[in-house]
Amino acid sequence: MQDNSMVLFDIQDLCKSFGELKVLEHISTRICQGEVVVIVGPSGSGKSTFLRSLNLLEEPTGGKILFEGRDITDPKCDINRHRQKIGMVFQHFHLFPHKTILENMTLAPMKLLKKSKQEAEAKAMQLLERVGLEEKANAYPSQLSGGQKQRIAIVRSLCMDPDVMLFDEPTSALDPEMVGEVLNVMSDLARGGMTMVIVTHEMGFAKEVGTRIMFIDEGHIKEENTPKEFFANPVNPRLKEFLSKVL
Amino acid sequence: MQGFKEDFYLNFIKDDRWRYIADGLGTTFSVTFFAAVFGIFLGFLIALVRSTVDKGGSKSVFLKVLDGICKVYLTVIRGTPAMIQLLIMYYIVFSSPNVSKQVVAILTFGLNSAAYVAEIFRSGIMSIDQGQFEAGRSLGFSYAQTMLYIITPQAFKNVLPALANEFITLLKETSICGYIALTDITHGANTIRSQTYEPYLPLLGAALIYLIIVCVLTAGVSRLERRLRTDAR
Repeated sequence: MQDNSMVLFDIQDLCKSFGELKVLEHISTRICQGEVVVIVGPSGSGKSTFLRSLNLLEEPTGGKILFEGRDITDPKCDINRHRQKIGMVFQHFHLFPHKTILENMTLAPMKLLKKSKQEAEAKAMQLLERVGLEEKANAYPSQLSGGQKQRIAIVRSLCMDPDVMLFDEPTSALDPEMVGEVLNVMSDLARGGMTMVIVTHEMGFAKEVGTRIMFIDEGHIKEENTPKEFFANPVNPRLKEFLSKVL
Repeated sequence: MQGFKEDFYLNFIKDDRWRYIADGLGTTFSVTFFAAVFGIFLGFLIALVRSTVDKGGSKSVFLKVLDGICKVYLTVIRGTPAMIQLLIMYYIVFSSPNVSKQVVAILTFGLNSAAYVAEIFRSGIMSIDQGQFEAGRSLGFSYAQTMLYIITPQAFKNVLPALANEFITLLKETSICGYIALTDITHGANTIRSQTYEPYLPLLGAALIYLIIVCVLTAGVSRLERRLRTDAR
């Protein structure tokens, strides 16, 4: 891969099993700064587990993950500090229901980065404006639509100034008419140079925004390529079959 | 009507007998209040230990041992009558005559209540979606910070009604204080009865006082519930 640019994630021989069930088997890859890696694959293939391993929400059962040069799978490593630099967006948003939108966004910067309230709120408002939700600053999550919640979840992560953003099926829980607004925010983010790793079923989005598409099946990366090649000339028979079903 | 007036005079006015009830009321309130505070504090700590181990959030052997101790504690406290616990505390644990009966009662009911409060808190913590936890951790919060800022405020809101009901139960349970000769409402009323040989007014009066207190508390709880429901969430 692009060896000249900075490597954010260096994944070496990553394994994960739940009891007898092997979900990830010896996965090795690198994710460099500025890349938008889109992970596709059938359900149950391990793609979400792979993504969640990157910030150690799933603890690997084997192998190493270097983030910005440090082995975050080392028990001595302070994972909380590294997670501040790894934003994550979930399928089901997971906004904090007992806090307003603004409080959702300023909690972590104030408590973890020791920002002042004004500083944190100024940054939050700026991000809210970027996604067109500044008038929702004092609303509670329950008063928002799914698409709005997901846009807030994205900017909540951005408030921590992460070096990379992980997206775990960010549009899968949304009504169809709300998918676009979330994908737009993500496209903007990609255009702004954010490094992103995205698990999604939105093939159109993958083709348009991704810089590299990764096909994970049965715990292995079966194929990875540029979007153009990936969709035009798939090699792996499983990928061919998968694409014929989803395209 | 004339009979009632005479009875009332005999049971409550003559020889200042109302004082038994008034003093008893003070004891009932202070035992309930301090036992509740103690119960919340200890119950919350137990719930934290229990839910941390339940979630598999810690591999620490120390916590697992602590969890084992908590489980034994919950089993013993919830598996024996409060009355026996009170008698054991008074006659066995604090057999010295220098210990105030009120302190014994507060400790007993506090320890008793803590077991129930712990399970209420634990169910509250476990009822919060795992995703809330992951969202907190993914932002960089530690386990403890996630608990403090994200999980417990929501859990507390969810269990407030159950918690309030536990304290209403606690209030009524303190009526066994008389068994260690501590004058609460019940014991006060019973003392009057033994002096006047008149069971009706003292006992019905005591019952009425409990009923009024419980009604006031219940009204408070349902107001609280309504407010929590309308609160934007």
